[in-house]
Amino acid sequence: MPHFTLLAQSLLTGILAGALYGLLALGLSLSWGLLRLVNLGHFAMALLGAYLTWWFGTVYGIPPWWTGLFIVGAFFVYGMGLHWVFMRFRVAEMASMLITFSIAVLLESLLQALWTADFRRYETAWSSASIVVGPLFVPTLNLAAALVAAVLALATWAWLRFTYVGKALRAGAEDAPIAAAFGINHRQLSYLLSGLCAAYAGVAGVFIALIATLAPSEIWTWVGVVFAVVIIGRLGNPLGALVGGVLIGACEAMTMAVVNPAWAPLVSFSVLIALLLFRPKWV
Amino acid sequence: MSHTNTAWSRRSVMAGIAGAAGLSLSGLARAAAPSGPPIRVGQTLSLTGPFGQTGLVHKITSEIFVAQLNEAGGLLGRPVEYVLLDDQSKPDVARTLYERLVTSDKVDFILGPYGTAAILAAMGVAQRYKKIFIQNTMGVPNLATYEWHFSALVSGAEPEKTLPQILYAAFASTAKPPKTIAIVSNKYPSALFMAGGTEKAFEDKGVKTVAHLEYDVGNRDWGPIAARVKDANADFMWVGCLGVEGNQLLEALGQLQYKPPRHFYLYPSSGPLALLPLAEGAVSLTNFDDVPPYNTSPIGGPFAREFNKRAEAAGLPFPHADTQAANEYSGWQILVAAVTATKSLEDKALAEWLEHNSVDTLVGKRDFSGKWHTSKSDQEKLRQLQGQKWVTVWPDEDATPGFKLLSP
Repeated sequence: MPHFTLLAQSLLTGILAGALYGLLALGLSLSWGLLRLVNLGHFAMALLGAYLTWWFGTVYGIPPWWTGLFIVGAFFVYGMGLHWVFMRFRVAEMASMLITFSIAVLLESLLQALWTADFRRYETAWSSASIVVGPLFVPTLNLAAALVAAVLALATWAWLRFTYVGKALRAGAEDAPIAAAFGINHRQLSYLLSGLCAAYAGVAGVFIALIATLAPSEIWTWVGVVFAVVIIGRLGNPLGALVGGVLIGACEAMTMAVVNPAWAPLVSFSVLIALLLFRPKWV
Repeated sequence: MSHTNTAWSRRSVMAGIAGAAGLSLSGLARAAAPSGPPIRVGQTLSLTGPFGQTGLVHKITSEIFVAQLNEAGGLLGRPVEYVLLDDQSKPDVARTLYERLVTSDKVDFILGPYGTAAILAAMGVAQRYKKIFIQNTMGVPNLATYEWHFSALVSGAEPEKTLPQILYAAFASTAKPPKTIAIVSNKYPSALFMAGGTEKAFEDKGVKTVAHLEYDVGNRDWGPIAARVKDANADFMWVGCLGVEGNQLLEALGQLQYKPPRHFYLYPSSGPLALLPLAEGAVSLTNFDDVPPYNTSPIGGPFAREFNKRAEAAGLPFPHADTQAANEYSGWQILVAAVTATKSLEDKALAEWLEHNSVDTLVGKRDFSGKWHTSKSDQEKLRQLQGQKWVTVWPDEDATPGFKLLSP
């Protein structure tokens, strides 16, 4: 049986990895739950954000936080533009999946054309840095990503729950005609939310650049686990996305620590199936 | 140069020698421009997908070879046309595309794709259409049972037995040979195959396995694996990695402030690993690197310079020729030597010639007398990262001048 330090260290890194899943899931969950658009292009946008962070950082020496600000703004505009296309052509839920899948494939080709298929790594002073807490090592960048994920999830949850705009968005998603009868212009508000979802992909991308090695095909490595996170956390629920991510990250890590790392990929969908079978109230 | 040990006519053997030698000097020599309809050679590579970066290395190499070949007069006086398709790193796509190359594109020859899984898929097509099949990245030789399969690798028929012996011999020659080993391996067929062989071979030498971990392709969280490696604290870490997985593991170990005292990487991406400061002292396999004596040889020098130039133009972060590139180059050399010697485009004639002859390639003399048409013996060498540069360190006689294996 592995000893306590090994288990605690694995659990810690699993929770932090799970928070990144949650950060990636945040925009996807909101888009799917409140706009009824399944945006597979979300992963490609996150990786585009990662490449831009790496590129501006390594070629022009621009720190990731400045690049992050630019990415958030630019992606917000992109998100609104994409939503205009969806509205203009009345794209339905299933069709949105196909269209955004195509966007992801196109972006993958674009990334490869611009930066080749070779691996890219954004080396910074924090790449291997850790905070030592007793016998445990807390990776600095993963901790920062987890904190940002938590702040964004909490802020988005509060925005949706306590503000007029948030309530209107939820009402529109629940029953658009009735919401419209109460004077809610769901169409206008949905532009705001779509922009926000794309901006969240950009934020996730900044941290992916700092934490992971980049290659165009990396777009697809996140799809399965993040979809499981979105469903476990409930569609349109920002806190659920974070909790779902942390749950899967922790379960994967404990599997790797106690059994064999090769079993980890089974975890996300096993957890999803188990939760769907037993259906706790929050799923 | 080519060598014969059978009843092949002196003329055909001399033709093979002349052809291979002509190509060997192709970077330097100029010959009459080739004419006539092109000889078409088809191949798929992983130009996109998870093996995309390695596919690019093979693509650059093939393009260099074909350009040099055509500059040197082509093949049998005819130009050579390279038909390259992208298999997206997927064996099923590779199989379909090889069908297309043979039946629709009607290429004269095919060369194997990148990676064991894709090679196995393509080999089935070659077997069905009775095409000679030369490949240069098959990690599990005993699966290559097709009679007209020929391996360009120099790792012999049983690398799962011979490589660990080479590795153990190298570290046994140091002041403190390892007594414990931690094996961390991808579940990719060839990596797993080699991991199993390494565990057995090292245990036979009295080295205790203190951890044997396997992970899936696309593993995202390296923290728990790093925690287990650190916990095992082995004298020697053997990593059956593909691409940048070795980097990812080392970075996770770095976050735990742990560095393995000795560490080996099976199929790493040479560039990214070389650029990672944590990888200092890493050991890997080599047949060719951008260091002497490889890049000062008559063939290796021009090839390395041209490769570096094209790799830099393509935007590769580590624009240096390495074993991957050299193996691809050797595959082409074998094909050209056989065509030149037999003066034939018949697959059967080429297969029979290769069956009984050897070819001097960029990675050494290649005969196919090993089982499944592999090399007679394992001639792999070991390289080590010293000062962010790959240098050959084993065996001693092949070491890069001024370097030796560094070990605690």
